[in-house]
This record gives sequence, structure tokens and C-alpha cells, in this order.
Amino acid sequence: MAILIDDSTKLVVQGLTGSEGSFHAGRNRDYGTQLVAGVTPGKGGTDHNGTPIFHTVEEAVRETGANTSMVFVPARFAADAILESYESGIKTIVAITEHVPALDMARVVGYIRARSDDVSLIGPNCPGVISPGKANVGIIPGEICSPGPVGLVSRSGTLVYQIVHELTQLGIGQSTCVGIGGDPVPGSDFIDVLSKFEADPETELVVLVGEIGGDAEERAAAWAKQNMSKPIVAYFAGREAPPGKRMGHAGAIVSGSKGTWQAKADAFEAAGFPVAKNPTQVAEIVAGLRSKA
Amino acid sequence: MDLFEYQGKELLRKFEIPVPEGRVASTPEEASEATRFLGSRVVVKAQVAVGGRGKQGGVKLVSSPEEAHEAAAQIFDITFTDQEGRGAERSKRVLVERAGELKAEYYCSFILDRTSRKHLAIMSSEGGMDIEEVNRTNPDAIAKVTIDPLLGLSDFHARELVFGGNIDEEARKGALSILPKLYRALVELDASQIEINPLVLTGDGKVMALDAKVILDDSAAFRHPFYEELKAAHEVNEQERKAKEHGLNLIKLDGDVGIIGNGAGLVMSTLDVVKDAGGSAANFLDVGGGASAEVLSNSLQIITENPEVKSIFINIFGGITRCDLVAEGIIHALARLDVDVPIVVRLDGTNAEQGRKMLADAPHPMLKTADTMLGAAEKAVALAHGEGA
Repeated sequence: MAILIDDSTKLVVQGLTGSEGSFHAGRNRDYGTQLVAGVTPGKGGTDHNGTPIFHTVEEAVRETGANTSMVFVPARFAADAILESYESGIKTIVAITEHVPALDMARVVGYIRARSDDVSLIGPNCPGVISPGKANVGIIPGEICSPGPVGLVSRSGTLVYQIVHELTQLGIGQSTCVGIGGDPVPGSDFIDVLSKFEADPETELVVLVGEIGGDAEERAAAWAKQNMSKPIVAYFAGREAPPGKRMGHAGAIVSGSKGTWQAKADAFEAAGFPVAKNPTQVAEIVAGLRSKA
Repeated sequence: MDLFEYQGKELLRKFEIPVPEGRVASTPEEASEATRFLGSRVVVKAQVAVGGRGKQGGVKLVSSPEEAHEAAAQIFDITFTDQEGRGAERSKRVLVERAGELKAEYYCSFILDRTSRKHLAIMSSEGGMDIEEVNRTNPDAIAKVTIDPLLGLSDFHARELVFGGNIDEEARKGALSILPKLYRALVELDASQIEINPLVLTGDGKVMALDAKVILDDSAAFRHPFYEELKAAHEVNEQERKAKEHGLNLIKLDGDVGIIGNGAGLVMSTLDVVKDAGGSAANFLDVGGGASAEVLSNSLQIITENPEVKSIFINIFGGITRCDLVAEGIIHALARLDVDVPIVVRLDGTNAEQGRKMLADAPHPMLKTADTMLGAAEKAVALAHGEGA
């Protein structure tokens, strides 16, 4: 099982012929992901390291049966690329691109969510998704992950790596790791991903990695209390960040009294889920919960 | 980017939103000159990014050029802080505006709301106060309307705001005409917030924006060349400016442990574990993904130029970033810089073993390594406190 991507994933990469797209899509293919197509307008009919290139996503889907796309185009073209994937029938869209204007995302995310409940947009400004041993779509280093029972969802990329590493030290693998990205208007939020983990028989426990800014964590805690039967271990970065400063991610900012670390920690504790103090403690709490189960 | 009031108002004027007549002054003489031009009664307002400037003496009502001169001189002397007393900001300019009679003060704002992923407009007859406070004490006095950015503001939205917000009858027409203009400004400027607090009804029955807090979405800079010009008016900390020149994202903080890490989340987490170890970070510095040896070397140089820094913690989890290149950058920096504070390095992920070996093969009295993130944090804090580790 796993969520979002697995053995049946057929990947088309928008921006495959660019240097970043080429490098990471190549790593995804080497991991075992079925890379079936690339899209670069004007380069259709050529091939890139053995992968056929098409002018449009529509053509790529028609010719190859691609069901998942990865967006690696510059920020100014990202909203357009996401919509192109959606209108071409792609069901899982993973947008890696960072610095996409928030208004573009509000429009695109609103449009897709109003029309389809079977389409997942992950990102932008995210490291992608990996289902260890099955498929990797994005920039998460496959070699640090191993198959197992923990689902991981995170706003931060490097904290995915850090926490996977901590879990690995304790011999605990992952069903799927999802980086939802650090932007103020992400395509998928924690609740979208938690509901998928709840329904996934391979996932026994979820690690949720949030950070300061916005209220996605608070909403996730309230939702999970009502809807999750599986345990969640939460961790939030940015406790010591000064208010009013944007901490690297466009969405990581405490505005006035909103988006504080304390509000997020309180929400999860009130919902009955443990909150770890640091990434190392996340793995320790996970191990403790597993030994009880 | 948070704009200064005068910058926000200049933009609003382009959308035909009424604002008081005013002049920007950089010296007391200019403030006095502006007052002569505008007429007798004027308000002299500090132009700072922090909130609560009025309570700190940053807004003064005066009635002569001489008084304006004095008011501006006083304002230029104030060090403004945020509500928690943090930060220290000087006002480089004052906005001198014609003052008039006010009949009423209202609140009006538009934001791009993260929760609904839509635009959210708020209007209230309780103007001039902190809207969060009004929301707590008198929520009925606030009208909130959600606007789908694919459709935009409809007339009924504006009516719901004006009637729901209990705006006085005399001000309704003016408010109804301003709201679509504010919404157009929000969208066309790629603003994440336009807050007018207060929106006022003047003695002669006009509705105008007496204050303006505009926040622009930095990610949209590529389609708004004027952002760059607006940014130039903002003071940036020297260290932050230098980092930016090198393509690094640095935020200056008040502690003494210099921080270098890769990825915003990991760096935020690093600040937290340093605090838990009893220390305090001197900065946030994210070298980003795929950092080269040169980037690491530049980062170390910028951090060591801060005299407050007593130790440095380099926390890298290599994904796209290669730990061997990180090690190369550190070794290079130690060779070319006169580093006199200890550096604690923790490397994991891509090519970590190779990186650790490179550091072990290039011993330097200031270079220490640690196996784990928490162990490294403790070591860096102990060293900052002058304890051998």
C-alpha cells in the first residue's frame, strides 16, 4: 500500500531537461520509480537519457499512461504547470519549485479542490514524497529511508531527513514520507495526508513535523482527535524564532499572537498526542509506542 | 516585505484610494518645510516597521513648522521596539500629514488567509484599536467576508462588510466605493495584507485611509519590478545584507552561538536545541540545498565577523547537499580566515563519512566534531560559555 506513490506510479516530469529536474528525476528513476516521460515545450519528440520528451502533459499522459507528475519548472511557470497536469488527468502532482506567489497557489489549489477530491497536489516548495522500497518522487535521498510502519508528514525537507535518520538508528522504517512544503498556501495540508495514513493498512503510526506560522497544526490536532485511530507523534520547529521574522520558509512566521509554537504544542497535547522536544526524542517516543503496541 | 506607511499610501493613491495629503521628511528641517507647505495643523508620524509606535511617542500632532521641527527631532531620537520590547528600530523618515477633524474611526483589512486559502476581508466600526483585541472583547462588532480569488470581490461582499461592520450611514457610500479599490490593490500588487486602521470619516464627510499597513509577497517580486525600489528604503542589518549578497538567508539574532545549517526546518530546529542546551543562537543561517564548498566558506566568514559570536555550530544533514563539499568549505575557510572561536561540526547524510574523514585529516585547534545534533548543540553551548568540551 503506502500512500500517494507506489509500484504503480508512472511519473512524468515537467522540466525534466533542466539541470535540477534532470538530476533528481534521474535519482528517482535509479531508485526504481517508473519514469515514463518528460515535458519540455519545444523539445517534444526527443529523448533525455532514455526518457521520451513531449511538448505537453496531455500528450505525455496519452502516450505513456503517466498518472503522477513532478513539477520542476521555475516559479513563474509553476501555477501553469500544475494546472496543465491537473487538466491532463494526473492524479498526484508533486511541485518541488519554491518561491511560487501565494496568490497563484490560492487560485490553483482552490480550483483543483473545488472540482476533484481524487487529486492530490503536494507542495510547492517541498522535497516530494517517498514510499521506501517502492517509489521516490522528489529530492528526498532514498538511501536514508527503509520500508516500515511509520508514516511521516512534514513542512520541512531537511527535518524529514533528520527524523528518518533518527528512526533508522532505532531500526524503524517508514511507509511513506510526505513533504507538504513550507509555503503559506500548500496544495495539501496535514489533514489531507493524515486521512490517507489513517486509511493505509501499512501505516501503524504517524510522525507529524510542523513549524511556526499559520494554524495548519492546530486544525490537524482538532481533526485527528475526532478522526484518527492511529497514534501521532508531533514535533514543531521554530520555538525560539523571534515573532515577525520569516524563518527561511515563506510560511514560517509568527504574526502577532498567531502561529506560535506554544499554540501548536498545546493543541496536540490537548488532543492527547505526545509532542517531542527535538528530532531525537521523536524517534524515542515512536519506539516507546511501538514496544507497547 | 512589510512596507512603511508612506510607501503603502503611495501605492494606495495609485488605486484612487483617498489618503491624507502628506510629505515624507528625512530631517527636522524637511518636516518643518513640509508643515509650511501643508498648512498649520499636521501630524508627524514615525516610519517604522514595528507596531505600537503611537504608544512610544512616534505620532505627534503639531500646529506650526517650529513644533513640527521639534516633533521630528524627538521622533528621530526614539528607539522603537515591538510589544515584547524586542528589536531596536530607528525611524529614518517621518510622514508629515495634514490633520483634520475626524467624526469616526473604522477598521478595514484584506488578507490572503492561509486557513481558507482565500481572501479574507474584515470591517468594523471599532477602528483605531488592535483588531485581535476587538475580536476577543466584542466579536459582534466585526464583519468578516471570505472572497474566492477566482471570482474576486462582488458588490454584495462590500455590502456585507459595510452593513455587518456597523459603519455609520454617513460613511457608507464612501466605504462602499473604497472596498473594491482596496481589493484591486491587494490582487494587482500581490499583497498578502492591506490593513487600514483606522479608516476614517472626516469632518467634511469624506472616507479616507488614515493609516496603511501593506505587506507584499516577496515570491511575486519577479512580476513587480517596483518591489526592489521599495525594498531599498528599508534598513537591513549589515550582516544580513552581506549574507544576501552571497545568496544566503541570514537572520541576525541576539545570542552568542553562530548557527549554520541546511534547510529552514533544520536550522529552526537547531536554534531550539541550542536553547535547550542552555545557550542562545546568534543568527539563523540556511545555506539551502546543494550548498558548495564556497557557500560554506562564505557563511563561516560572515558568521565570524559578528563579534558577539563565541562558538559556531555547523549542523548539516546532507540530502542534495554533499557533506564532503561542506568539509571542503570548512577547511578552506579555516585556511584563509583568522578564526578564533571554536567550531563544532555535525555531518550526516550524503557523503558524511567522507566529510568526517576530511575534517579528521585536517586538524585545527578551533575545529571540533560531534556525532549527533544534540551532542553538538551541548558542545557548542559549553564552548560559548568558555567551558572546555
